[in-house]
Amino acid sequence: MSSKKPMGQRVKEFVIDYKRQWEIQSMIIPGIIFMIIFCFIPIYGLTIAFKSYTVIDTLDSAPWVGLDNFRIILSDKYFWDAVVNTLGISFLKLAIGFIIPIILSVMIYELSAGRFKKLVQTISYLPHFLSWIVLGGMLIAWFSSSGMINEILLNLAIISKPVNILLDANKYWWIATLSDIWKEAGWGTILYLAIMSKIDPTYYEAAKIDGASRMRQIWNITLPNMKPIISLNLILTVSGLLGSNLDQTLVLMNSQNREKAEVINSYVYRMGMTQGDFSYATAVGLGVSIVSVILLISANKVSSKLNDNQSVL
Amino acid sequence: MNRTVAKEDLDSRIFNTINIILLCICTVIIVVPLWNVVISSLSSGKALAEGGFIFWSPEFSLENYRAVFKDETIGLAFLVSIAKTFIGVITHVFFCAMIGYGLSKKYIRGRKLYVAMGVVTMFFSGGMIPTYLLIKSLGLLNSFWVYIIPALFSYYDVVILMNFFRNVPDSLEESAKIDGAGDWRIFLKIFIPLSMPAMATIALFNGVGQWNDFMTTKLYITDQALYPLQMKLYEIIVQSQTQSMQNVGGSAIIETTTKGVQLATIVITTLPIVVMYPILQRYFISGMMMGAVKE
Repeated sequence: MSSKKPMGQRVKEFVIDYKRQWEIQSMIIPGIIFMIIFCFIPIYGLTIAFKSYTVIDTLDSAPWVGLDNFRIILSDKYFWDAVVNTLGISFLKLAIGFIIPIILSVMIYELSAGRFKKLVQTISYLPHFLSWIVLGGMLIAWFSSSGMINEILLNLAIISKPVNILLDANKYWWIATLSDIWKEAGWGTILYLAIMSKIDPTYYEAAKIDGASRMRQIWNITLPNMKPIISLNLILTVSGLLGSNLDQTLVLMNSQNREKAEVINSYVYRMGMTQGDFSYATAVGLGVSIVSVILLISANKVSSKLNDNQSVL
Repeated sequence: MNRTVAKEDLDSRIFNTINIILLCICTVIIVVPLWNVVISSLSSGKALAEGGFIFWSPEFSLENYRAVFKDETIGLAFLVSIAKTFIGVITHVFFCAMIGYGLSKKYIRGRKLYVAMGVVTMFFSGGMIPTYLLIKSLGLLNSFWVYIIPALFSYYDVVILMNFFRNVPDSLEESAKIDGAGDWRIFLKIFIPLSMPAMATIALFNGVGQWNDFMTTKLYITDQALYPLQMKLYEIIVQSQTQSMQNVGGSAIIETTTKGVQLATIVITTLPIVVMYPILQRYFISGMMMGAVKE
């Protein structure tokens, strides 16, 4: 058995095919070059997490320091503060923000088709299209001492004198969570509504004949049909626990609430971009992505166990 | 028999009533804050300083908008936003369509490797700092092209277009080939016109993304002349935040003017999206479906 000849032949065939396909290959090559430059070179660039990089170095001239950067992370108080804030905000978003779109989509689905249904959908999707900068500016206006929220609280006699809630660090987690839900809950219903529209209507007719109430129909027909997409969403949410919204944090964080507002992403930004500690910031980012991948894999495992060994991903 | 029907009817009616009331509340929670921003932006400084209104302002005035339009840098920022959105969308869609078309052909050599590379880009990235170092070494810092070039490609969009191109009947391509057309010609003359709905969806999503993006500026741009509206607004917000913290109980005039300018800028920044929204809405639901539901 000579392996050399078939090999050479294969290369030859490949080259001939490639030449024949040059026109269509010329469409793909720019994309490949793009991926190599903008995706794979930065992945290689992660090596600076194991180096001591200063501005005068190039990526290759910086000296290796092994796991030193990671050792410093473990004893960095500010890093752990950021971890606590990230997890706190993410869990609040998960606990409340995950359920609301499901409830909302069921409610919209139960409406009879008509103007009102269209109106509710149109309005609930709208906030998704506002940028975090715009929404941040709005939040600052709403929460300011002469703003809307204070006005409502004063009228309801919940507070007796106006306060700027955004300057209160202890309330920041709630502001971050609730504003995120306000922005994205309606958008989150689109996918659920799409899945619901594919449920066979004869199920509901049969249930009606059996005398099942509307709540019962939701519980026994609508929700079970949505289980796969809900678990897929849950997996993605869990894997994103450590990656909180950088835009939101940058616009809402101020010197008064920093202690409770700093999240891992904004910490990476601050250490890397403002303080120029590139190696350290990259090490933090790398550590977080590794943990996120582990979370993704384990969440997928758990859910496939729960869903009769059918892996969602 | 009659009893069960009546019972079901009553149950449904109660359910519907509660459902509609709750959804009305949800709608109000979304609309009122937005309405409040618009009304506040149209209020005089005096009314803003006194506060105390939610639905209707005691004193309307266009002074905030006049102040915004007096600032030439905001006009420039508007132009930058429009330019980067317009150029960005066209180049992004064309680039992704071109690659998607190539990859939609099963017979091409090296396809497995290309797809594998694409999938890797969906799950792994170098993150903020390595990407910054790359952009810096490419000389894209403080260049308009930093808005366009790194945003050219998204494998997610390539996959959507690839699936769309696959659904075009093969016979179209075959007959064009018999007539002597090359791949480029077939792509430009047959596939692009046929794929307008898919490309419009991607264009709209990408356009909203480009319009709303401010991180690119924050990371790579220090030249004020290249600031888009979002960055300009961010600066106004940060500025007003520090001011309001510096004069707690101090000069209320400065505070309300910056607040008014901020509100007017917010409305101006959002206006193009709200104007485009009816067009957007027609496409984005099908776009979500294209990306998410695979049969």
